[in-house]
Order: sequence, then structure tokens, then C-alpha cells
Amino acid sequence: MGAPTGVGRLQARVHRVLRSVVRHGFPDSNRNRSLAVFTNFFLHIHPVKVRVKAIAFTRTYYLGGLSAALFGILTATGLLLMFYCHPSAPRAYEDMKDLEFVVTAGVFLRNLHRWAAHAMVAVVFLHMARVFFAGAYRPPREFNWVLGVVLLLLTVLLSYTGYLLPWDQLALWGVTVGTNMARAVPLVGEDVSFLLLGGHTVDENTLVRFYVLHVAVLPLALAAVAAVHVWRVRKDGGIYIPADEAAGPPAPPEGGP
Amino acid sequence: MALVDDLATAVPDLEMSRRKALGVMTGAAWAVAGLGTAITTVRYLRPNVLFEPPTRFRVALASELSPGTLVVLPEQRLYVVRSEAGFYALSAVCTHLGCMTRHEPAMGRIFCPCHGSEFDEEGRVTGGPAPAALARVAVEIEDGVLVVDVRKPVAPDFVLAA
Repeated sequence: MGAPTGVGRLQARVHRVLRSVVRHGFPDSNRNRSLAVFTNFFLHIHPVKVRVKAIAFTRTYYLGGLSAALFGILTATGLLLMFYCHPSAPRAYEDMKDLEFVVTAGVFLRNLHRWAAHAMVAVVFLHMARVFFAGAYRPPREFNWVLGVVLLLLTVLLSYTGYLLPWDQLALWGVTVGTNMARAVPLVGEDVSFLLLGGHTVDENTLVRFYVLHVAVLPLALAAVAAVHVWRVRKDGGIYIPADEAAGPPAPPEGGP
Repeated sequence: MALVDDLATAVPDLEMSRRKALGVMTGAAWAVAGLGTAITTVRYLRPNVLFEPPTRFRVALASELSPGTLVVLPEQRLYVVRSEAGFYALSAVCTHLGCMTRHEPAMGRIFCPCHGSEFDEEGRVTGGPAPAALARVAVEIEDGVLVVDVRKPVAPDFVLAA
């Protein structure tokens, strides 16, 4: 063999570049399959190996993953809706009507956002119910239960702040009623309501406040807490399996089916 | 004519495993969905309604504009002029770097505050860095009303005879 040809050198260079991106071989062995998960930013939230029992559909009904997927849909559609939304009165209402009747695919994106929001509240609640009935909130997972309660609260607050943004009658009176409930809190109620509304009634200030909370503060908070929530699932030993089910037949040998 | 031995001709092996075929179809489905999403998203981002001033609009009754009048239309960024010769409209956008010029009637000039370009009331450059005269846009008279059409191109010295 003589000196490498031009084509050979090019192939070597391409190979080097590819190896800097994909740092494992083709996932046809247990080692490479593990590395494929372990070295991937998006997959590394998964353990390198999971038990078949843990990922059975009826164990979790995939409710946590569905919540995360719905949050992804809401982020994508929400970002697109922001391109047409001016959070001021009465423009916000006109923009919402434009999305429904003028903008191409606007009604599709608005409805996708709306239904995904309703679904997320329902799915997060069901996720919580599943964890409760499985007893998966018990030690060492009690702190993750608390994080889950915070996430439910953030989800409901996102739903509630988003409720005002179309600036229609439903939004106006919905938020009027909600903030009047805050006013009923002893001692601090009046101040809390004044802070939330940015005034004494639902007005321009309220719309901007709810907009900023809805598109920036709450989604970032939810993403941060959700990251810790998923991390804790891993740290607490993965998906909860009751002790009487945990003992099963031995795992298949290495290189098995 | 030579005979061709079919059996001796090499047949390319096109067989594909079920897993490979399903993989290709799944990939194709994702590609179609992704392309459709991308196209729809770009289409969504192109506004169907603009909140810009109309490009064709009525200015005034032609008979109401006496010779020597210069009307400033800030929203449309236009000067509409009635000279002795007739009607013409000048773009108020400076030909240097696109700032909005202002009419200074006391000086009888059009001045750009950004870099000091100067034009006379016919749009000719009289000073400063502007490389060309102010652009003219089309004017017409419809039923006695002076109408401007920004989109219609006209000659640089266009004047509508009164």
C-alpha cells in the first residue's frame, strides 16, 4: 500500500468529523446500545438500562411523558401565536379574531394550543392520581411528590394566565372572579389582588402582567422544576415498582433476546 | 443478430428486509410530516392582512390645490406638489440611507436630518450625501380628485399636466 489517495484522506477526515458528533458504534451490541443513550444529550434523561416491568404501559400510562409532550406542543404553538399577539386592549381581542379568520393556519394553531392546554391540566392531574394510587409518593420519593405538586400548581397558573389573553368577555370575567377570590385572603388579600391586576380592576396592566407571566415567567419556572423532577425520578431509583412485584424471574443473560 | 442469454444476465438484488422497509417508510412519513409542518409554519408567518397605509389613495379635490402648494403626508411618507406646470408626488424617503426627510417651507427646501442631505421642492439634490433625486410616484385625476398610486412606476421627471 502506498501513500493514501486524495479520496482516502477525505474519507478519513469525514470519519473524524462524524466521530466527534456520534461517539459510539452502531447500536448492535449491549455496550453500543448503552453508549447510544449515555452519550446523547436528549436521551441521557433515561437510565442506561430500564426494567421491562417499569416501562409497561399499565405501570404509568405514560402520563408523565404525555405531560412533557403536551408542554412541548404548547411551547411550539405558543411561540407561533406570539408572532400575531399584541397584549394590549382592544388589540389582543382583534388579534385573536384575526388568528381565527384571517391568518393562514391560525385557527388550527390556536385550537391546538387551547386543546393541548386543557389536556395538559387533565393529564397532569391523572399523573398525580396514578402516583397517589400506586403509593409512589412514599420515601424516598416524597420530595419528588412535592415537586409534582409545584408542577401541578404551575400548570394551573399557566392555564389561568392564558385564559385572559384572548381578551374576550369570558377572559375578563373569569379573571375578575379569580382575582376576587385572591382578595378574600385575610390581611394580604387586597395587596395580592392589586399586585396581580396592576390596579383595581382587570385592565391593560393586567393583560400585560398575565402575558409576561404566561409566555416567560411560568414556562421557564415549569421547565426548570420539571428538569429537577425528572432528575429526581432517576436519583430515587427510577419508576416505582411495589416490593411484592420487584422480585421476578432473573434478567435474561447478556446478549439475550 | 446475436442471441442474449437472459439467464446469464446479472439481476440486481433489490430484496429488502421487513425491518429495513418499515424503517424507510417510517422515515418517509416523518419527512413528509416535517416538510408539511415547515411549509405551513412559513405560510402562517406570512401575514394576510397588513396594517400599512394603502398604496393607492385620494389626496384632495384637484381644484382645491392652488399652484405652489406642497402637501405633506407623513403616514404615506409623501409630498404632493401642485406646481405651475401641474401635479406630482415625491417620496419623502431620503435617497441616501432611507431616513424620513422634512419640508422646510421657509428655506424652500426638503432636508434630511440624518446626514444633512438637501433637496429642492422638485426633489433635485442641492447638497449633502444623497446620490439621487427624490423618487416620484404616480398621480392621476379621477372625477376631479387627485389620486396617488405608490406602486405604479413613473419617469423621474413625471408631472401630471393640470
